[in-house]
Amino acid sequence: MGGERAKIVFIQLLLAFNTLLMLYPIVAMLLSAFKPTAEIYATPFALPQEWRLDNFAQIWTGTNFPRYLLNSAIITATSTASILIFGTMAAYGLARYQFRGNEVIYLFFLSGLMVPLKLAIIPLFIQLRDLDLLDSRLGMVCVYTAMGLPSAVFILTGFLRSLPGELEQSARIDGASEARIMWSIMLPLTRPALVIAGIHNAVPIWNDFFFPLVFIQSDPLKTLPQGLTVFMGEYNTDWGVLFAGLTIAALPITIIYIVLSKQFIAGMTHGAIK
Amino acid sequence: MSRWSLRLWIAFLILPAAAVMVVFVVVPIVTALAYSLYAWHGSARAGFVGLDNFRVVLTEQPYAGWTLRAFWHNVIVFVSLMLAQNGTAFFIAYGLLKTLPGHRFHQVAVFLPVILSTVIIGALWKLLLNPIFGLVNNGLTAIGLGSLAQPWLGQESTALGSLIFVNAWHWVGFPALLFLAGMQRIPKEVLEAARLDGAGDGVLMRRIIWPLVAPAATIAVLLMFIGSFNWFELPYVMTGLDGSPGGATDVLGLYFYRTAFGGVTSGLQDFGRGSALAVLMFLFIIAVSILFTRMLRRREIEV
Repeated sequence: MGGERAKIVFIQLLLAFNTLLMLYPIVAMLLSAFKPTAEIYATPFALPQEWRLDNFAQIWTGTNFPRYLLNSAIITATSTASILIFGTMAAYGLARYQFRGNEVIYLFFLSGLMVPLKLAIIPLFIQLRDLDLLDSRLGMVCVYTAMGLPSAVFILTGFLRSLPGELEQSARIDGASEARIMWSIMLPLTRPALVIAGIHNAVPIWNDFFFPLVFIQSDPLKTLPQGLTVFMGEYNTDWGVLFAGLTIAALPITIIYIVLSKQFIAGMTHGAIK
Repeated sequence: MSRWSLRLWIAFLILPAAAVMVVFVVVPIVTALAYSLYAWHGSARAGFVGLDNFRVVLTEQPYAGWTLRAFWHNVIVFVSLMLAQNGTAFFIAYGLLKTLPGHRFHQVAVFLPVILSTVIIGALWKLLLNPIFGLVNNGLTAIGLGSLAQPWLGQESTALGSLIFVNAWHWVGFPALLFLAGMQRIPKEVLEAARLDGAGDGVLMRRIIWPLVAPAATIAVLLMFIGSFNWFELPYVMTGLDGSPGGATDVLGLYFYRTAFGGVTSGLQDFGRGSALAVLMFLFIIAVSILFTRMLRRREIEV
């Protein structure tokens, strides 16, 4: 069994090396955020001599960061909510009722999964311009909702189809309305799928850079990733502030991820698994 | 409930989502094709020109040369990422499958960069790869490999390779956990029985693990292909819209954006040629994706 033992040690070492490679850059970013720039240059690998919050204060008061953070939060929350509301409605209609055209409409939504919407950026740009939605948060929400609906319909329809029909039938016999059955009986059971569909869409929207780059021009409306590029240009020699900015940008989602890592991994890889 | 009101109820459920899809997905995709057939003055449409925009980006210099160079870079990116990202991911998944102590921690760590924005990852690595103050060169010097230290993003020979490395670092957790999920579906008894029969790791891998991971691999390859040919954000953040140095990191995504919305040096917009490029990329991605899925599906069945 010596060979088996050696193999396990070997695998463990490789995994540890990989984890170090994954985490060290992020730890270095965090540590550098507490150092003045001169100290980052002089002792890049050391712990900060003193845990100073100057860089963070500089960002909070001297830049538009809080504004970018707020914009990202508003756009992500609104888009995810509308994806889940419209997506659940459509999925419920497709999953729980038989009617002519059901399968065609389902396939119509699914085909949206295959379309790289980035490549339709020019007509989308013109579409938003004509609707007067360019350079507005509402325009971003519309595009993200359209982008997210296919996966939400896919995840939720699959889940809703798997629910048994007995509860629904007996409620119907008791005279409950269709809306009541959906709201009070079926939707509470759908919560796990809603979490998956929510994370699956919220993370890419929170992180997106391409659509705001094209659609948002005025600084007070910029999102966090977009604002980050502006800020990287402005402070390009002040590394302490740069690392602090990256840390602040990464912090909210990292904290949620650490708490909910299981749901995050399930949500983001969903659809690709199975 | 009457038949009519039931129909109304179903329509109420489905129509809002369908309407959003039509306005913001179907209409743009269809009009993209139409737009490529017109001449544009910047973002204002002029006369119908047929396939002229396609002719220009495919055959007229210098555009054709730029198109070809960018396309070639995308091919390099795709092939290298297949090896660096999906290959590494496969081994990480195999290591995680053993559920050794700490596997949960390794799993969370390898997936951490996946949840962060490409802008954060790109900006962070741009600082780490800085020739003078960056951690990479400082680290190499510290372990006595100072001769390897170089301006990673600033010279043509290493710029694209550095971007590929950063991309693999960013996303490796995604295919790793896909493969792991595939591997975990293999019943433990099957693995143990095979082991008792004296099957070594090589045989196990070839005969049992690989065939069962193949569906996950199909999807990983497909996503990798689509991602590689849509590559935009990482090069934009790390080496800029012009694909510096000297176009060494210019890819179709950057080239398309510059053509449509104007570059750093020239603010010239051309929605016509931009649309032509988008249509070509779109057709190429869809065609290869369909081909891929067919081929890989067939191989899965044979195995």
